[in-house]
Amino acid sequence: MIYDFLFKLTGSEIWAVIIQSFFPLFLFILPFALFAVWLERKVSAHMQDRLGPMRVGYHGALQTIADILKLLQKEDIIASENDKPLFNLAPIIVFVGSYAVFAAIPFSGAYIGSEIDLGLFFIIAVSGLVVAGILMAGWSSNNKYSLLGAMRSVAQIISYEIPTIIVVLTIVMITGTLSLYKLSELQSGHLWNWMIFGGPGSDLHKFLFIPFMFIGFIVLYISTLAEVNRTPFDIPEAESELVAGYHTEYSGMKFAMFFLAEYANMFAVSAIVAAVFFGGYQSPFGYLGNTLHIPWLIPVEQFFWFTAKGLFFVFVQMWLRWTLPRLRVDQLMAVCWKYLIPISFVNLIIVGLISVL
Amino acid sequence: MQYFSDAIQSLKTVFIGMKVTFKHLFVPSVTIQYPDIRLALPERERNRLYVNMDDCIGCDQCARACPVNCITIETVKSLPEEDLGKTSNGKRKALWVTQFDIDFAKCCYCQLCVFPCPTECIYMTDVFEFSEFERNDLNFSFVTLTPEEITQKKENFAKMEAEKARLKAEQAAQKAEAAAKAAAEKKSTDQSEKEDK
Repeated sequence: MIYDFLFKLTGSEIWAVIIQSFFPLFLFILPFALFAVWLERKVSAHMQDRLGPMRVGYHGALQTIADILKLLQKEDIIASENDKPLFNLAPIIVFVGSYAVFAAIPFSGAYIGSEIDLGLFFIIAVSGLVVAGILMAGWSSNNKYSLLGAMRSVAQIISYEIPTIIVVLTIVMITGTLSLYKLSELQSGHLWNWMIFGGPGSDLHKFLFIPFMFIGFIVLYISTLAEVNRTPFDIPEAESELVAGYHTEYSGMKFAMFFLAEYANMFAVSAIVAAVFFGGYQSPFGYLGNTLHIPWLIPVEQFFWFTAKGLFFVFVQMWLRWTLPRLRVDQLMAVCWKYLIPISFVNLIIVGLISVL
Repeated sequence: MQYFSDAIQSLKTVFIGMKVTFKHLFVPSVTIQYPDIRLALPERERNRLYVNMDDCIGCDQCARACPVNCITIETVKSLPEEDLGKTSNGKRKALWVTQFDIDFAKCCYCQLCVFPCPTECIYMTDVFEFSEFERNDLNFSFVTLTPEEITQKKENFAKMEAEKARLKAEQAAQKAEAAAKAAAEKKSTDQSEKEDK
């Protein structure tokens, strides 16, 4: 829809595609990252009975902009023993990996960057690119802490992709589609039609699904949390052990790229959780645009609901960060291989049996 | 079974922890927005010194009490006809204080200079933020006299001293003259007495 509008506006397919592909970056990722960094600092501060940034703007609202300006001015340091081509490429790859995910995220019924049938598959595949970027960053830094952080990160992300995929597979098995647009449309109507409540319909299957959907949701949330290296799974960055992990050697804008990628990833995984289990961009109550008969209001409302759901899960990520201590490496692997994978696999089999019934 | 109870237990404890942190989200923060809001200082706080020069008699007792020698006092005697006024507790001032420097780079804020002061003119204030870029800027001068006045007072004193010295010399000379006269008179009387005999 946006594409058709831009095509009419510019009269050129190329310009329409270019403008459309920059939409998520400039209209969403950058403002979101600015807001999320501020939110993170505020949430962490208030959870520790502090105030957090208070000086720049109202309650420190412009603090992140000031920080970005500072990062832009900083010197771009490249140590002499670095592997320069890889060192320069790594932040770009990490950012590209997290940015490409946004192509398939259904912000609203009217705007999905690329409405592909393999949306979920694409997201999971492309977010794997981040692993390569992180390993490149750690390896080319020529620093023991960076390398150790990168190795941990790779081990962690690859392990935790498995429960993520199995849970997503469970949903795909029920809905029969990998397209995030179709998945969101399926969950339309009401709160009760969300996948966490067993999906659309009102037969016996739906009620039997509910407990297993909750298990699936918890497994998916824990594993996506580990995939974006957030506490309690932040051992790749573990500031008390590894300085800053794989981005120890980076400064200035390259560091900002990692930072931006981290926050973009946080939203991306929250968006996946929201899209898979919580109705995607669907409103929980029905639309104001429908009752007032204003058709253009519906996509705006959908965008609002999607962002709200995404932000809520981002908030929960921050909340968990200030609640739980970091896991040890062996505990991290135990959680994944001994608990999440068997549970999600059994969950998959049970859901499969129920849907056969 | 241990396996499932472990999983459920860990999930439960996560929720307990989350409840605690969520409650703290709404606990009023303990932060004090310092430059805007200042807490009252303790009653006997020791901060930057201040000298009320109207009361200072230049007795040098504070400088002698100072364990780090951060107070430098220089005084000049006043002329007898000059009236310097009295201190608030009725002591007559007799000295012009031409230098009263406290070097806060050296000061150890021990408050030992405050107690010996007979007029209670040196005391602690509540100012504690006075960092400077240059160490010399921490040397505070409390003298109220202008440099011209100081040189004038010194000249006055020097003149008075010179006058005194001159007077003394004159007196001495007079004395000597008088003594000489007396001696001469005595001689003459002695001689006349002799002649009388």
